[in-house]
Amino acid sequence: MKAETIVALKEARASRRAVVLATRLSDAAEALVYPDKAEGDLAADAAVVAAARRAMETGRSETVDIGGQKIFLNVYVPPARLIIVGAVHIAQALAPMATMLDFDVTVVDPRGAWATTNRFPGVKVVKEWADEAFDEMGLDVSTAVVTLTHDPKLDDPALESALKSDAFYVGALGSRRTHARRKERLAEAGISEEQFARIHGPVGLNIGAKSPAEIAVSILGQIIEVRARRLEALSAPKVAAA
Amino acid sequence: MSDALDILDQVDKWKASGKGVAVATVITTWGSSPRPVGSQLAVDDSGAMVGSVSGGCIEGAVVTEALASIADGKPRLLDFGVTDEQAWDVGLACGGKVQVFVEKVS
Repeated sequence: MKAETIVALKEARASRRAVVLATRLSDAAEALVYPDKAEGDLAADAAVVAAARRAMETGRSETVDIGGQKIFLNVYVPPARLIIVGAVHIAQALAPMATMLDFDVTVVDPRGAWATTNRFPGVKVVKEWADEAFDEMGLDVSTAVVTLTHDPKLDDPALESALKSDAFYVGALGSRRTHARRKERLAEAGISEEQFARIHGPVGLNIGAKSPAEIAVSILGQIIEVRARRLEALSAPKVAAA
Repeated sequence: MSDALDILDQVDKWKASGKGVAVATVITTWGSSPRPVGSQLAVDDSGAMVGSVSGGCIEGAVVTEALASIADGKPRLLDFGVTDEQAWDVGLACGGKVQVFVEKVS
């Protein structure tokens, strides 16, 4: 392993970019394979780069045999991120629980009295409108978004922006009635039925949650389930189209 | 994963202070093994280590090979737990098999 490789891996983490380090076991020759480029000794080997990108999809590190050479593919994917819109009571339970589950947590709320680090120790707090904050953060496939404000002024722009992103999970707090009205408003804003169907609403697994902490558990249970199903689907053998 | 990068942070610090460093990585596992593929152990030239490639059973043998790799610059591929007898020898009593790749950080 080269010292420069370590620097590149750390840079990828800081910028939340997925990267695979491919190493040929016979001589420790390497390539760093990103979604859009490859660098290093093995970067010109198309078979290695293709295998690395497949491993990136499934998120699983493994040793593969390419042309009689053993290549180890070490996958570095950014940690899952949870963006909570609304620095409300449920968020105060959700943020520490999600942190415990290794999510990189950010709370977004433009209202100064709510979005204070006092209320959210150890968590990133962004005092901005969600859609503006999302533009800066760039929502990728390892990002989950939950809106909790109950206020269409705050929730709607966040949902609109999240539905146009690659976020693997989008959830919105609110009753069935609230959710139906939300659908009408977002339709007027140009969100299609198919896009709207991506929203988990009412949010969370139906476990009879009542308290903020219980609701946080139901939301996290659902996020874990959605993520696991997605990874299962990605690692399942692909069936050839008829 | 943050775990893996914390180990690389330490490697960075060791390199910056002029130490020789090797990194050992679990590259294949069979059966029950204590640490998943991708787990890493970094070793400096004084034998100090960070991370793990097993529940503590094979670290001793891996550190020996890591020091040898720092000395001669060559990578090494180590197999542990192939037979019951060998498993007992290296202390991989958990019954699993692991393959560990050891390389010097250049």
